[in-house]
Parts: sequence; C-alpha cells; structure tokens
Amino acid sequence: MEKAAEMGKNRTGIDMSPAQSKEMLSGAEEFAGSEEYSRTAEAADIETPDMVAIDTQYIRESDPVGSVPMPATLRGALKAGKKKAGGHNPEVFLNKLGERLAYERTGVRLYESMITKCEAADDLHPAGPVTVEELRHIRDQEAEHFVMLKEAIVALGADPTAQTPDADVSGVAAMGMQQVLNDPRTTMTQCLEVLLSLELTDNAAWELLIMLAEELGADDLVEQFQQALTQEEQHVQRVRSWYEQMMMSQASKRKAVTH
Amino acid sequence: MAIKLFDNKGTRLDQQKFTWRDLVQKPISKLDDDAFTRVRVILMNGIEQQANRFQHLCSQMNGELRKPLAQVRRVEHHQQTMINWLLSGDHSPIETTIGYEQVAIEVTAAIAQQEPDEYLAQVYRFGLLEDFDHMYRYSALLDRVEGKDANNILQSYTDIIPGRPTIVEHRHPLDDLRDHYDRKTAEPISKMNALTIMSGEYQTRDYYMTIGPTFADPVARLLYAEIASIEEQHVTQYGSIIDPDETMLEKWLLYEANEAYNYYSCMEAETNARIKAIWERFLDYELGHLNLVMELFKKHEKRDPAEILPERLPDPIPYESQREFVRETLREEVDLSAAGTAFVDKSEETDATRDYRAHINSEGSPSEAVAENYLWHPGTELSRKAADKAA
Repeated sequence: MEKAAEMGKNRTGIDMSPAQSKEMLSGAEEFAGSEEYSRTAEAADIETPDMVAIDTQYIRESDPVGSVPMPATLRGALKAGKKKAGGHNPEVFLNKLGERLAYERTGVRLYESMITKCEAADDLHPAGPVTVEELRHIRDQEAEHFVMLKEAIVALGADPTAQTPDADVSGVAAMGMQQVLNDPRTTMTQCLEVLLSLELTDNAAWELLIMLAEELGADDLVEQFQQALTQEEQHVQRVRSWYEQMMMSQASKRKAVTH
Repeated sequence: MAIKLFDNKGTRLDQQKFTWRDLVQKPISKLDDDAFTRVRVILMNGIEQQANRFQHLCSQMNGELRKPLAQVRRVEHHQQTMINWLLSGDHSPIETTIGYEQVAIEVTAAIAQQEPDEYLAQVYRFGLLEDFDHMYRYSALLDRVEGKDANNILQSYTDIIPGRPTIVEHRHPLDDLRDHYDRKTAEPISKMNALTIMSGEYQTRDYYMTIGPTFADPVARLLYAEIASIEEQHVTQYGSIIDPDETMLEKWLLYEANEAYNYYSCMEAETNARIKAIWERFLDYELGHLNLVMELFKKHEKRDPAEILPERLPDPIPYESQREFVRETLREEVDLSAAGTAFVDKSEETDATRDYRAHINSEGSPSEAVAENYLWHPGTELSRKAADKAA
C-alpha cells in the first residue's frame, strides 16, 4: 500500500489531545456566552455582511486581470467571421485559444512530473498499473495539441506567445496542481486525482472550443479540435481507470500491481 | 544540561559548511509532527533572519568588522535557509500564518514569565494580548476563505478567542516606544529575551509584508495590511526596550549568545530526533560564532566578555501550552493601552493615538469584518452551524 494511506501519528484532530481539546472548547464556549459575542451573534442569519460588503465594493471597483492582445491584421476564419452579418467578437475565440495553448503546455509539464514520479517507483512508492510508456504517450499528445493550437493562432494572424486573460487565470487555478505533482511526498494516487481533475476540465474546454470554432465557421479547426477531444477523452478514461484501480486495490488489501 | 559559555568552543567557523542538499532536507510533516516543532522552526528562522540583518547593518557602519561579519553572516544565512526550508509545501500561506501567531503567543507568554524585570514583563504581556487577537482574526480568515480549521495547525495548544481587539491596537508611533533596559544593570537574560521577541516579531512583519499581496481575496489583502501594521508597531516596541548605548560588539556578543541560548532551548524540547540533531549542530555553530566575537570584543574593546555574558546559558525556554497564563493576562490586562512609554487604562490614551486610530479605521476595519460573528468550533464554523441546525 502507498505509505500515505497507512495509519500513523496524525496529530491534527480534536481527538488527538483530549485534555487540551477540552480546554480549547471551554474557552470558545466561555466566549460564546460572553456579552461581546452574543451582541454580534444577533445577526446570525446574515453571516458575514461586512466581509460581503467589502468584497462587493472591490468587485465593482476592480479592473480585469488584463486584456486580449489584438492582432494587427485578422486572417482566416476571424477575418471572414468579422465580415459576416452581425459579426463576431474575435477576442473571445483568441482568449480561449490562448488559454487552451497555455493549459496544454502546462499539461505537458505536469505529465513530465508524473513520469519522473513513476520512474522513481519502488516497493515503498508503488506505481501500481501506471506505466511510463503510457504517461509519455499522453504527454506527447498534450504537446501535439499545444503545437496545433500555436499554428492555429498564427494562422488567424495572432501572437501565440502572448498570455491572454483566461490563460492567466487558468494558470492561477493550476498552481495547486503543480504543487501536488512536484511534491516528492505525494503518492501516485494523490497525483492521479489531480490529473483526473485536469483532464476532466480539459475535456469540457475542448468541447467549448469546438462550439466556438463551429460558430465562427472554421471547419478546418473544428476537425482538428475534434481529434484532440477524442484523445482527451481517452486520457480521462486512462487516468480514471488507473486511479480507481489503485484505490480499490488498496482498499481491498490486495497487493497493488507494480510494473 | 547547563551550557557553559566560556570553556565551550563549539564548531570552528572554517568547519561550518553546507551543501545544497544539506540546506534542503526533508520537511516536517504538517499533519504528524508536533505543533511545537513547527513553532521552533518558525522562531529559529526569525532568530537567524534578525542575526543576518543586524550583521548587515553593522557592516554598513563599521569597516573594521566587515571581514568577520561577512564570514559569520554567510553561515547565519545558510542556517536560516536550512531551518526555513523545513516547512513543507502543503502549508497554505494562511496556515503558516497561524503557525507564526502560535509562535508569537506561546513564546512571548513563556518569556513574559521568565523575565525578571517587571516593566519588561509587562511589555511582553502587552504585546502578547495583541498577537493573541490576531490568531482569532486569522483563524476566521482561514475558515472563511479556505474552509479550514486553524486548530489542525495549533493542535489544541493555543486558544482561538478574541484578545485585545486588533481594531484598538492601532496607536500613534510615539505611544509604541518603551523605556529601554540599562545595559549596565540589566540581567543577561533580559537582554536576550528582548532579542528573541524582537526577532520573532520582525520576521512576522516581514512575512506578512511578503505574502499579503499574493492573496487575491480583498479581505485577506486588507487583513494582512492591517496586522502587518501592528507587527510594525511591535517591532518598534520591542526594538525600543534594547539599550541604544550598547556598543556594536556588545550587541553582537548578545546576539550570538542568544542564538546559542535559543538553539539550546529548542534542543532540550525537541521531540523529532532528526530536527533535534539540527538544533544540536547549530548550537555548536553558534558557540563557534560566540567565541570568535569574544576574541574581537577583547581585541577591539579591551574588555572581558564576562562583563556582558552569563557564565552559563539560562534555563531553556519552555515549549508548552501557556493557555492558563494567557487567559489570566487576558482577564487582567485586556483594557490596557499605552501613552508614551507608560502602560495606562484605555480611558487614558493620548489624543495622538485616538486621532491616528480614528483616521486609519475611518473607512472600515478589516479585522472586525473578517471575524464578524466568528466563533471557533472543531471542524470549522460550518460544523457548528450544522450541529446547531440538528439540535
């Protein structure tokens, strides 16, 4: 079994130090009964109105994280789309393309971290059914998607090296993912759960990108994106199957399969 | 085991070496290690950071000492690195903050009780109740932003209830200054206590100033701005209890002796054998630094270090829950404030402080907003609300 799932000396719960915890609770109870607390607790239904008021004010006064860099000249589907009756907002598509590009590029790095962890596997750090070959296969497909998106952005007349707002924000969301995958202490299943989350989001994102490309009438891109989506669906299935297999194997005390 | 200062040479400076792998060891476990191990790691990071800062300042004001300062300082820097890198990457910045406030509460409370000078003990108790309140505010933030229970960090050693409310801690800078100890008559332990607490508070100020802007949440950004301002006040307070007439070398001697004292205290209390070995190693390093500075002191000042230092290191700082002392202090002194260097009832505050506070709080108080209706409950306030509903 992976070491993280074993029973040990975890000291975090209230039950780990009964005498100290009793004191903690008595302090909180004394405060709860105090004039200071009961005075504020009258508004218990509206839990944190002051916090909400601050957040609301900052939301209303805030500027966006940034803007979509507009190409000097639109080409291909974007150019055609703009001329259509009613027109299209090219920045929406460019923003999402930029995000997908960044996501796939980060995905390559995350899979590389997973490959290193898998290569380092031994009896104490089992990789279960996960194989380096299959991880490399997924990593390579993520890299291909990155290149395909780069070419698509260039073909539309935009700059694939720019960071769009949605690329930036999805990078913020991925900060925890890289923390987990690069922590030497994390187990294969802890990392698989993160990759599953990554792949599920990726799937939904490709579906949206296809809808946007269809709306724009970019048939060549729709076809390429469909291929990517098919591969991403296989990634989800693969990662989910590894994850479930390892967890079920550990739960049933069967020895996990090592490669 | 009492450590004698004058016949213990420690590790020679040229033997104090590190590799990168040495500096970056396995971190402690947030879940399995004792909370006091993290307390010691955080405090010793602050002690080393302040030693480094002091030595940089000396170097900018004294050409003669530059060479030995540069040599000792490099080691202090790497000691700090090894210690600070013991914190594991699964601590969120707010969780680490809870650890910092636990240091401020438990170590200040322990030192307030061992301090022989009554005025200085009062200074520590005064600061203690303010940091104690920060714990309550940050616990509310951790619960309400991340959905986590601060007691997973505190392990039930430290209460989460209001202290002297942060909103009233804001004072005019001249009301943060204190009388200093007299270098000729103060006990060595008083001088070392001042360095310990000032170092801890200084690193807390720096930590909040570094991580504050990394938050996206407006309330978190505001709360860190507010509490960092109090930590700045605390550095002013604790810095001002130190005698400004000590010579540079006198201060350096005290810094090195205090580092040794703190490593000794950590070593005596440590429950994690691997970390204990680090404290032991660094105690020997500090004794090596101290011996070097003693020689410089004799050479440059033609004085005996025994005029400044105790023969033996004092009894170690206890690392255990100071809950009862904190509660007693809270009951007795929550309404205390300061006017100039004197401690007074809040009704006797200066106009300067009242004006300053009224203005800085005039567009709202982050520390009040974050903790509105907050009551700590095991498993977060959502558990309490669920339990109340079921009842």
